[in-house]
Amino acid sequence: MKNPEEIFEILKDKFGEVIIELFSDKPTESFISVAPLEIDKVCLYLRDKEGLNFKSLMNLSGIDDANGEKIKDENDNEIIQGGTLSVFYHLESIDLKHKVTLKVSTDRENPEVASVEEIWRAADWHEREAYDMFGIKFLNHHNLIRILMPYDWEGGYPLRKDYQNPEFYKGMKVPY
Amino acid sequence: MALKTEEMVLNMGPQHPSTHGVLRLELVIEGEIIKSVTPHIGYLHRCFEKHCEVMTYPQIIPYTDRMDYLASMCNEFGYVIAVERLMGIEVPERVEYIRVIMAELQRIASHLVAIGTYGADIGAFTPFLFCFRDREKILNLFEITCGARLLYNYIWIGGLMHDLHPDFIRLTKEFIKEFRPNLKELNDLLTFNQIFIDRTANVGILPAETAINYGITGPNLRASGVNWDLRINDPYSIYDRFDFKIPVGKGENGTVGDCWNRYYMRILEMEESLKIVEQAINQIPDGDVSSAIPKRVKPPAGQIYSRVENPRGELGYFIVSDGSVNPTRIKVRAPSFVNMVVFGELCKGHMVADVVAILGSIDIVLGEIDR
Repeated sequence: MKNPEEIFEILKDKFGEVIIELFSDKPTESFISVAPLEIDKVCLYLRDKEGLNFKSLMNLSGIDDANGEKIKDENDNEIIQGGTLSVFYHLESIDLKHKVTLKVSTDRENPEVASVEEIWRAADWHEREAYDMFGIKFLNHHNLIRILMPYDWEGGYPLRKDYQNPEFYKGMKVPY
Repeated sequence: MALKTEEMVLNMGPQHPSTHGVLRLELVIEGEIIKSVTPHIGYLHRCFEKHCEVMTYPQIIPYTDRMDYLASMCNEFGYVIAVERLMGIEVPERVEYIRVIMAELQRIASHLVAIGTYGADIGAFTPFLFCFRDREKILNLFEITCGARLLYNYIWIGGLMHDLHPDFIRLTKEFIKEFRPNLKELNDLLTFNQIFIDRTANVGILPAETAINYGITGPNLRASGVNWDLRINDPYSIYDRFDFKIPVGKGENGTVGDCWNRYYMRILEMEESLKIVEQAINQIPDGDVSSAIPKRVKPPAGQIYSRVENPRGELGYFIVSDGSVNPTRIKVRAPSFVNMVVFGELCKGHMVADVVAILGSIDIVLGEIDR
């Protein structure tokens, strides 16, 4: 059983620059910040390394940090420019009974994160959901399509903070 | 001359009685054999997570009821634990006991639906009626507690809506006494029925390694022989005070991790839940159930992932707070959503009729898959 500080040290030794920082301010659970395009290598190491054994992915969650610049577009709707979108990974080892949380932050305009779907199949639908809701592109995901919204939805990504409800869907007026 | 064969695409659902809700399965079949299954979900999407961002924390509780509508008490329980951990609230003893009693009764009620509908799915209709008869008694207990039968809004942040009904303890004891023989009757009728065993044993086998990699939790994981239950392995509330066992699949009739094992886990879990309820109602202390309810729910800025053992597996709430009265983000890790991913894998190579048997044994609730 290892605590997040020890896991952070192990990863820092192994991956260097890829592992960015360990956040551990109470009451927040501590999490390790990782570079978005290297997350798959870090996850594979965490899964297979003796003494770490993170065999299961509990949860994978997208989030809109909304830390960009808020500006008005031509229709006077507030939109967010710049800033980041993030993904949280909650990992767990069933045999060693320890947990760790990873976070990647990616550019809002071109959000790209390496997929961990091949490492834990559990990530398949979670990543599709994050794509559906936030528009985060998971590179090398075998089937990255919308999951909860209709497949032909063109109204944008609903859980982004600057999402505007579309007036029409396929020519039909959407009542509110 | 060889018979000409080709693959056929068959849509099962969205309106199909054995899909337990609004789910569409796209089956690619060759004759009777399943080549692949693609589930299409989202027909019940109600934007739970988007709604949460504009509501205060207590306002979200009724919405959590509506995710896994067969286990509303457990959903509320998980949600309030997450918020309480974020705010650092200690709840009175009596509240903890009542919450555990409610969650375990709800687990029995939920498993009864799972078992009853599973029987009905594959052709045994009588157990369905027996199960619903017993579930009705639990719903009556909930009704005298909070006035509602399905969607309760009973467990609040820091406490409960109000205290137990004066008759509750007596009626619960009566229920336990009545229910134990019924469980045996159900075993005679369905569990060890040779027709039922032939239909479900050795169908849809899920090995432990695959189950863990796919993130399967709850009875489905334990049926594969993995001893993992959050009530024991990551204890929350007061579960460490009770004496109960975690049933694990042994493959009595067939292989470990087949449909029959997944079904049988639920029977065994109901017995264990009865034990917990029995112990809890005998130990329940006096106290005020609303003393710790905060006037204003305003957690400090931060994030937390908190999980509980639902009847269907690990229910996790990932809550990000920015220090205001509305959460910035709530993500629900719904157990059915994750358990469903493996479904296509399980069906490969089986007959069309087995799709129904496998789907029923995973026990999904579309309300929480689509949220």
